Amino acid sequence: MNFYQAKQPLDILVCEDNLGDVYIITNSLKNSEIKYNLHHVANGEAAIDYLQQLGDYKNISRPDLILLDLNLPKKHGFEVLKEIKSDIKLKSIPVVILTSSQAEQDVLKSYELYCSCFVTKPFELKEFVRAIQKIEKFWLNLVQLPPKLAPNG
Amino acid sequence: MAINPIKKPVEILLGEDNPGDVYLVRSSLTDSQLNHSFYHVNDGEEVMAYLHHQKGYQNVFLPDLILLDLNLPKKNGFEVLAEIKADPKLKIIPVIILTSSNTAKDIQKSYQLCANSYIVKPADYFAFFQAIKNLEMFWLDLVKLPFKSSVNTN
Repeated sequence: MNFYQAKQPLDILVCEDNLGDVYIITNSLKNSEIKYNLHHVANGEAAIDYLQQLGDYKNISRPDLILLDLNLPKKHGFEVLKEIKSDIKLKSIPVVILTSSQAEQDVLKSYELYCSCFVTKPFELKEFVRAIQKIEKFWLNLVQLPPKLAPNG
Repeated sequence: MAINPIKKPVEILLGEDNPGDVYLVRSSLTDSQLNHSFYHVNDGEEVMAYLHHQKGYQNVFLPDLILLDLNLPKKNGFEVLAEIKADPKLKIIPVIILTSSNTAKDIQKSYQLCANSYIVKPADYFAFFQAIKNLEMFWLDLVKLPFKSSVNTN
């Protein structure tokens, strides 16, 4: 397999069924200095189709970072996470769990399934925006994201 | 295992053999507003001894967060990472690779071994300080860490 370093714009996949949350995430990232493309799927099955480049998602490039809600229709976030982390081509993509849950068993299960980190969505709008900005500051500005697979790799 | 309901300090374990880098990480964290305890070991075997409560580490808590250099003596960071992520008790602990390497091969290998994130050590002092601050604001202030029960889990 050939790799090349992830170059801007970065591709971020948001797996989220709540459109209000998608709106907040999109707007909170708007002023980022890092160039990125935000992609959105609204259920767990679509997340897997997207990542496996199936159906409507045949020509997309795989994301550099995934924000994953847990309580998704059709396929639960845990199932999506498990499939990502057991697929050699997908497992290196960091998955940030972004959920309204703060239940201990959800936190532990997410880490057991090799999520990168677990973030609880704050209830307050202002805090939610700050949380997304912290995710942006850490993952887009500081972290070295995995190299992309070369197109012929 | 249970998430500790009482807010105890976040325990950070650094696996790093370069004393200069240890000093930089330690001093970047020192003036933090966020409650934490900082521990340091010099090589890969010591990291594993620490995590398995062996040698002099019988009474330590498991850390809440591990910062791991790749180029460690005795047992390198990849081996340490692989052992942590294959161990049912240890795998939930977030491991952040903190290394001077920025080669695609090392980055890819770290993520394949389930590193939680990968940070290249910035070359100058100020940027290094900023990087640790950024890391701290994210992992200590925002992220829900998989806290453990109060006594060591042996």
